[in-house]
Amino acid sequence: MRASLRHVLFPIVDGNPVTLQILGICSALAVTTSLATSLTMAAALTFTVTASCFLVSLMRKHIPSSIRLIVQLTVIASLVIVIDQLLRAYAYGMSQRLSIFVGLIITNCVVLGRAEGFAMRNPPLAAALDGLGNGLGYSLILIVVGTIRELLGTGMLLGFPVLPTVQAGGWFQPLGLMLLAPSAFFIIGFLIWAIRTWKPGQVEQPEFRLRTGSGRRPA
Amino acid sequence: MANLNPLTWWRRFLALPNDSSAKTFMVAFLVASVSAAAVTITAVSLKPRQTENVERERQQRMAEMLALVPGLADILGEVNADTLETRIVDLASGTYAEDIDPASFDAAAAASDPARSVVLDPERDVAGIGRRPDVVPVHIVRQDDDLLLVVLPVYGTGYQSTIRAYLALEGDLDTIAAISVYEQGETPGLGTRITDPAWLGQWAGKRIADESGEVRIGVVRGAAGNEYEIDGITGATRSSMGVSNLVRFWLGADGFGPFLANLREGRT
Repeated sequence: MRASLRHVLFPIVDGNPVTLQILGICSALAVTTSLATSLTMAAALTFTVTASCFLVSLMRKHIPSSIRLIVQLTVIASLVIVIDQLLRAYAYGMSQRLSIFVGLIITNCVVLGRAEGFAMRNPPLAAALDGLGNGLGYSLILIVVGTIRELLGTGMLLGFPVLPTVQAGGWFQPLGLMLLAPSAFFIIGFLIWAIRTWKPGQVEQPEFRLRTGSGRRPA
Repeated sequence: MANLNPLTWWRRFLALPNDSSAKTFMVAFLVASVSAAAVTITAVSLKPRQTENVERERQQRMAEMLALVPGLADILGEVNADTLETRIVDLASGTYAEDIDPASFDAAAAASDPARSVVLDPERDVAGIGRRPDVVPVHIVRQDDDLLLVVLPVYGTGYQSTIRAYLALEGDLDTIAAISVYEQGETPGLGTRITDPAWLGQWAGKRIADESGEVRIGVVRGAAGNEYEIDGITGATRSSMGVSNLVRFWLGADGFGPFLANLREGRT
């Protein structure tokens, strides 16, 4: 029980796929212009990663190693297409706003990374929980970034006005930068900084050190 | 005697060593078949709903655009709803194709059918559509036999997608009444600003052509200077130029040009 809880909880902060493993950055930049798109994307990705980890883990003993990546990708791609079709049928406006990024879940490293790195070696239940945890970890970052960007970029949350903007006669001047992709880089960068200050264990060892001038030998 | 129980076959298949070619092929085949079946069933069963969504979106945009034209809602309200008349136009001759029933006409099928469309040379294909259908539907609003509004369906290539829009012209056929983009897949947050009502609103009241009949309307970089120009969108140059190019193409000689000329002279 504790072990399975750990599978879910560990990736949320301690092993967060975005801030620790630096995976799935591309979609985190693209879909976080508003909270609604972030939430939909988070739900779609969490479902995909959970279901694909479960299915890959079910088949893990019978997947020939020479074609294992292709088999994993086929499973992931089918799930993603199914979700994309469902969104188009039942949430057409949202699927228009997410445009290509639902389809691009296929190439999201979080999904393939968990299938290859965890589900191939663990039983289905543990794999599904691990997928769920990673999906939630990714969702957490998306929701935080989406909230900050929508609030500061438009003064609204989920389309409801929160900060009265100058155009509407209030005091808040929307930050246009927040609606552009670079702002997500800055926000994710600050998040990583904050998390690593809180949990110094996540700080990576430098791969090499720059030589300083004084340590140089005379030629 | 040969064992015909499929379960035995299945067990024997699972017992094969993972690296054997037979198992590799079988696993690949099975995974592909099951995935293909799942995808196909979802896609086919959801297709009617999706088509319905696209159609609803299209009608909603048309209604929104008509609501934007000043005074039109009142006119449409006081006369019957069927004042909005749909006709099929033969683009090459610029006349109505009387033999086609607008109610059953499928514009999307006609646009992709090689028998009912012409391939455009790259230098004439300003809108980047490749081939242009021979016949397209137009919507016309009249009041007491006076031409009030002509709504033209237009489309073309933007930065990364096909942009589809309705373009409404006023009765003089030389002024834009409104434009409404109802389908596009441009970059979210950048190119998608071509659907911004404030930007689309700038088109209203712009003139299309000068006295010599040359199409002058278009998007310019920076601020618009005269009655033919619309401001470009910073960060969405290719998308806003795409809208500009498709409007110019469809108003030009390869688009609705001949039809509009006929309409202006009352020949249709």
